[in-house]
Amino acid sequence: MKDDTLAVASQWKLVWWGFKRHRVALVCGFVTVAIYLVAVFAPFLAPGSGQKTNADYTYAPPQALHFDWDTGLYVNPYTFKQDPETLALSFEADESKKAPVGFFVKGEPYDLLGFIPWDRHLFGPENPDGPPMYLLGTDSVGRDLLSRIIRGTTVSMSIGLVGVLLSLVLGVVLGGVSGYVGGRTDTLIQRVIEIIMSIPTIPLWMALFAAVPASWSQLERYFALTVVISLVGWTGMAREVRGKFFAVRGEEYVMAATADGAGRLRIMFRHMLPSFTSHIIANLSLSIPTVILAETALSFIGLGLQTPMISWGVLLQEAQNIRAVSTAPWMLIPGVAVVVTVLAMNFFGDGLRDAADPYKH
Amino acid sequence: MLRYIGRRVLILIPTLAAISIVTFVVIQLPPGDYLTTLTAQRASQGDGVPTGEIARLTERYGLDKPVIVQYWQWISAILFHGDFGESFDYARPVSALLAERLPLTIALSLVTLVFIWAVSFPIGVYSAIRQYSVGDYTFTFFGYLGLAVPNFLIALVLMWVGLQFFDLNAGGILSPEYRDAPWSLAKLGDLAAHLWIPIVIWGTAGTAGNIRVLRANLLDELRKPYVVAARARGMPERKMTIMYPVRVAMNPFFSTIGWVLPGLIAADAITSKVLNLQTTGPLMLRALLAQDMYLAGAILLISAVLVVLGTLVSDIALGWLDPRVRLRY
Amino acid sequence: MEEPLLRIEGLRTHFFTSEGVLKAVDGVDLSVPAGKTVCLVGESGCGKSVTARSILQLVDKPGRIVGGSIRWNGATELATLDPAGEELRRVRGGEIGMIFQEPMASLSPMYTVGAQLSQALRLHRDLTKQEAREEGVALLRKVGIPNAEQRYDTYPFQLSGGMCQRVMIAIALCCDPALLIADEPTTALDVTTQARILDLMMDLRAQNDMAILFITHDLGVVAEVADEVAVMYLGRIVEHGTVEQIFSDPRHPYTRALLRSIPELRGSGARRRLTAIRGMVPSLRQVPAGCSFHTRCDHAVEGLCEVTPPPLRKYGEAHVASCHLDEVPAAPAAPAAPVLQVTERVAAETAAEPLLRVEGLAKHYPIGGGLFRKPSGVVRAVDGVDLTILPGQTVGLVGESGCGKTTLGRCVARLADPTAGRILYRTEQGDEVDLATVTGARLKDFRRQIRVIFQDPFSSLNPRMTLQQIVGEPLRTHGIASGGELRDRVADMLTRVGLRPEYMQRYPHAFSGGQRQRVNIARALITGPRLVVADEPVSALDVSVRAQILNLLTDLQEELGLTYLFISHDLSVVEHISDRVTVMYLGKVVEDADTADLYRQPRHPYTEALMHAVPVPDPARRRERHAFEIADDLPDPAAPPPGCRFHTRCAHVRAELCRTDVPELREYGERRSAACHHAAGLTLAGVGSVAREPQVDGRMAGRDA
Ligand SMILES: Nc1ncnc2c1ncn2[C@@H]1O[C@H](COP(=O)(O)OP(=O)(O)O)[C@@H](O)[C@H]1O
Ligand code: SF4
Ligand code: SF4
Ligand SMILES: [Mg+2]
Repeated sequence: MKDDTLAVASQWKLVWWGFKRHRVALVCGFVTVAIYLVAVFAPFLAPGSGQKTNADYTYAPPQALHFDWDTGLYVNPYTFKQDPETLALSFEADESKKAPVGFFVKGEPYDLLGFIPWDRHLFGPENPDGPPMYLLGTDSVGRDLLSRIIRGTTVSMSIGLVGVLLSLVLGVVLGGVSGYVGGRTDTLIQRVIEIIMSIPTIPLWMALFAAVPASWSQLERYFALTVVISLVGWTGMAREVRGKFFAVRGEEYVMAATADGAGRLRIMFRHMLPSFTSHIIANLSLSIPTVILAETALSFIGLGLQTPMISWGVLLQEAQNIRAVSTAPWMLIPGVAVVVTVLAMNFFGDGLRDAADPYKH
Repeated sequence: MLRYIGRRVLILIPTLAAISIVTFVVIQLPPGDYLTTLTAQRASQGDGVPTGEIARLTERYGLDKPVIVQYWQWISAILFHGDFGESFDYARPVSALLAERLPLTIALSLVTLVFIWAVSFPIGVYSAIRQYSVGDYTFTFFGYLGLAVPNFLIALVLMWVGLQFFDLNAGGILSPEYRDAPWSLAKLGDLAAHLWIPIVIWGTAGTAGNIRVLRANLLDELRKPYVVAARARGMPERKMTIMYPVRVAMNPFFSTIGWVLPGLIAADAITSKVLNLQTTGPLMLRALLAQDMYLAGAILLISAVLVVLGTLVSDIALGWLDPRVRLRY
Repeated sequence: MEEPLLRIEGLRTHFFTSEGVLKAVDGVDLSVPAGKTVCLVGESGCGKSVTARSILQLVDKPGRIVGGSIRWNGATELATLDPAGEELRRVRGGEIGMIFQEPMASLSPMYTVGAQLSQALRLHRDLTKQEAREEGVALLRKVGIPNAEQRYDTYPFQLSGGMCQRVMIAIALCCDPALLIADEPTTALDVTTQARILDLMMDLRAQNDMAILFITHDLGVVAEVADEVAVMYLGRIVEHGTVEQIFSDPRHPYTRALLRSIPELRGSGARRRLTAIRGMVPSLRQVPAGCSFHTRCDHAVEGLCEVTPPPLRKYGEAHVASCHLDEVPAAPAAPAAPVLQVTERVAAETAAEPLLRVEGLAKHYPIGGGLFRKPSGVVRAVDGVDLTILPGQTVGLVGESGCGKTTLGRCVARLADPTAGRILYRTEQGDEVDLATVTGARLKDFRRQIRVIFQDPFSSLNPRMTLQQIVGEPLRTHGIASGGELRDRVADMLTRVGLRPEYMQRYPHAFSGGQRQRVNIARALITGPRLVVADEPVSALDVSVRAQILNLLTDLQEELGLTYLFISHDLSVVEHISDRVTVMYLGKVVEDADTADLYRQPRHPYTEALMHAVPVPDPARRRERHAFEIADDLPDPAAPPPGCRFHTRCAHVRAELCRTDVPELREYGERRSAACHHAAGLTLAGVGSVAREPQVDGRMAGRDA
């Protein structure tokens, strides 16, 4: 029985079986999917838009979430305390009061998936006009960090995906041409790749992005960033594709396909491509974290996206100087989001890569 | 071997030419030319640019001539006079600015390279030989962590921890009291105390990557028939491992030369900025933000050239190490 | 009884994999007496290699010795020694040497062969660097490496496989071991190289008075080298005896079946079917109960064999076999029992017009070269070849690896573009078309009529396509059939090549090498071709499976009226399937004749050498061929020797002409030609036409008949 299922198992099934065996990679795969879901449903999942400033609550520290049977989930509202000597304000939890936290509460309106207007949020303070809830604290102008991180997921994750998809297209086309045509075309493309690769990535990104006019809109900057990232990033993908092409081209079954009378395109797409799609996907999933890191770094130094657009890099930009960090260490929390995401995607991608060729012995 | 090196060097020339063109394009990218930027900047500061100055600069960069000529004037000045142009932001020659910062940068890079090698070699070999042991899992996890955490974040956290718990200022390269002091043992000690932080930070990603590659390569090599054959002829395990599979798996070490050195010249601008180091990175960053393109371009060019040279060195090292590479040409 | 050098008792080595425990070796008893050669035979996957590796504790990770003892020299217990300990290390290499199947991969590419050799020397002997070098060069000379001084400083990848195996032997011999374990040392090599390596090993054994444990799947090789033979099947020894006993009085049906499946040179010239073993070695995950061979045994006794494991029976001094057969009275032969088939195939009538005429065909490959560089030379892989194939015939194309056989085959199938020459193919309408100039849609049309069977059963099938997709692909690309019709035709074709049509949805990874080769054949034949180029279709297969595939090819030829161009490096295989044989050497045809004529008396010294490289499966005639050995390896095809290309290795080379003038292909008698200056004056040895018929002794014949 078992032998029979194995016998008729397609490549994808074998890859999946191999992948399943890596427990860590499997868990990280779920984490990755979860993060992308957060990115898609961010406006609903976040308690607020993350754009609402509140001058009374600058650098408010994170609140603890409590639970008792009478009120359910609640937070203790902030009280202000002034240091009698330095006159500096500090926040404290007012344990005598409870601000209940509910699910599917009304809050700031938004467009789910960009076109469904709605105003419910997964969770938030039950009384929208009552004391605010800042589970991860606030920034220098009193914006809710939790909402901002969740909202930032959309931009950070989509830049990763879009940037990598763009480099994928470039890389697969040029790498494929290089590998399939071979000869001089191949040598030429390889030289170009070598040259691009010899210019250090981040400075090149910085230099290219520095050329983006400051007058461009947020959306334009966003696309400029993905284009810049993929302009530099396609080389790795192209090399990978070309390498695979060469390896597969030497297999007898490709020659057999010629003997079968298959045309060039059919050989390429029916016979050769399937043998490295799994590698390409693994490679993709390993490139996305790189792009996320690049966006974070560029935005961090102010060469990438800028407020009011929210991305993890933009959020970290506010933690740029050590003074801000020491007064409000929670400003580093977006970094945790970056690390967790990148870590999960790396483990996931590695597991995928190991499983990508189920036919090697 | 000589033929191999010769071929490598020959390939270098068109590559370098292409790199210089790319750099020039980058310099030209921001809207407007050098003069308009300069005039705009001076104007914002409230003073104009004297006409004589304008004429001199137009002549110097060939701004009224076709782009090709501009490129030639730029590159020939670099090639024949070591003149990278002028930074209007600092109002000084680019080469002078570089001369101040390059030595420290290169020294840091070299130390980092040594750090990466010293740490990743034993760990990589250990992880492969004791695959799936507790140690292997631990190192692997830290390796992934090192790759996942952006360098500037490590820098920030380290500085925060230093400040918060040890009342230390981890930034800079020397404590304030030594900054102008003559060189002494104490100053050297202070230097070392400050330097390890950037080195560790820069080293993490490289170390993690190296460990990963070394481990994977070595695992592949350990399954090769020649390992069994060597065992079968009675080679002691340790000697066998070092002599045969490890030597093959070492290759990635040599490719690190290619990118670690030049990478730091510019790549870690961000960390350097956080740590307040006087390296070329922050210089480039500031130049880019101010669109001081001759300065930025010079740094980009130098780091790219260093990548190419580094790759050459690593290729030669590889050829020396691996007869298959050497004898193929 | 004297204590043997090595005594293995009840050895069990299991692999603890995620799919369960694989009992690769499950109770092996085997001993190797001092100075003797013991052969361990069996098909691939029977546990021979694992047994050999267990001796030196070289079994890789999930594998572990779980029981039994391995006594060395009557004193040391190897099975329980610390694998990393000093004691075992002294035995490895010092007292027991070992060589492997893939000689090139068994040497590290990072060091010169000399470095590895001297290192091995200094591991066990107290030598200075200089002494080690001298000793090493002497050893290289001893194992027959020409120019030992220079070769000492070359890297393994600069040497041929045969040379690397010699180096491995030198390394194994460096400390005068009492036992040499050779794990399929010649399987990856050409027949000619195999012959030389075998001779070398036998000579060294005599000189050094060492014992050899020789592992192989080829009984022909066994007859050449063995004193004693142990036959292994699924982790157990099923028969053990002296080489004479095994060859003249085999007791176990598995041994007999193996013996019958050897294609041997007979010199009769007529094509004949071989007798193959049914099916294939079962997976270790499902070892059959009772006698593990009962699933393939023609004599299995119902109700006994599949229930009770057979005991070991003694048949004479040192001759044992484990089979139930002698416990039960000889039953009347089962009606379906296959008759030993002696169908001689009469060559097709030769009056017809040739189906294919190749004239002056050449294919040159540039070497080196790049974007800015000129190619540094050219390899003349095929260099002016003429070849004629009559319809319905099989032409065998023979020569060592690197002689250009594959290139020629690919040019004929237009998978490579010839540099010069004509490939005249007679269409069904009777007119001749020069395939060398056909392109585009017309070429595609010919791709239907001329098909190829590829060599490598693994790389020639796309692992990501099902059998239906693989076999049906030509139907689809030529628009012959699709949908249900395609499925029916594929199912029909699979049945013809002996595969169950239900397998259609399976992927190649579910099949063994032999089955994959059947798929390969099905793919080639599904378009109803007229000419099939079979490129070494059985070289990668075990001897037992080889017979199955050769028979299948013959049957299909008769059924479908096919014409074959059959490529092989092994003359014994070619004899069984060819009507005519063309011998190639370094891109040129050196001899061309009808099969019978060629084997009876070759006209070219190269043919003679090839013929006598084939091991003779008769221990009584071992080493007869010793006299015909050819020297050295194939010269570099990029720089072939001047004059007669074979003169560097020819046993009959003469002072006049050979080194200076290129011999033309000349006619010698009817329909045969040779390219040798002295062909007329030479009397070359063919194969004695009274070769031994397969042993079918009375008792077994009774059961068979
Ligand atoms: N590393 C391994 N893991 C799992 N099974 C193995 C391993 N090595 C060998 N085997 C199993 O042991 C069996 C015997 O292998 P081997 O000794 O190589 O056979 P032979 O030498 O007779 O061809 C095979 O069926 C194979 O599946
Ligand atoms: S025991 Fe039975 S099945 Fe096994 S070999 Fe003997 S006759 Fe065949
Ligand atoms: S021509 Fe001379 S060298 Fe060539 S095969 Fe004949 S005898 Fe040998
Ligand atoms: Mg084996």
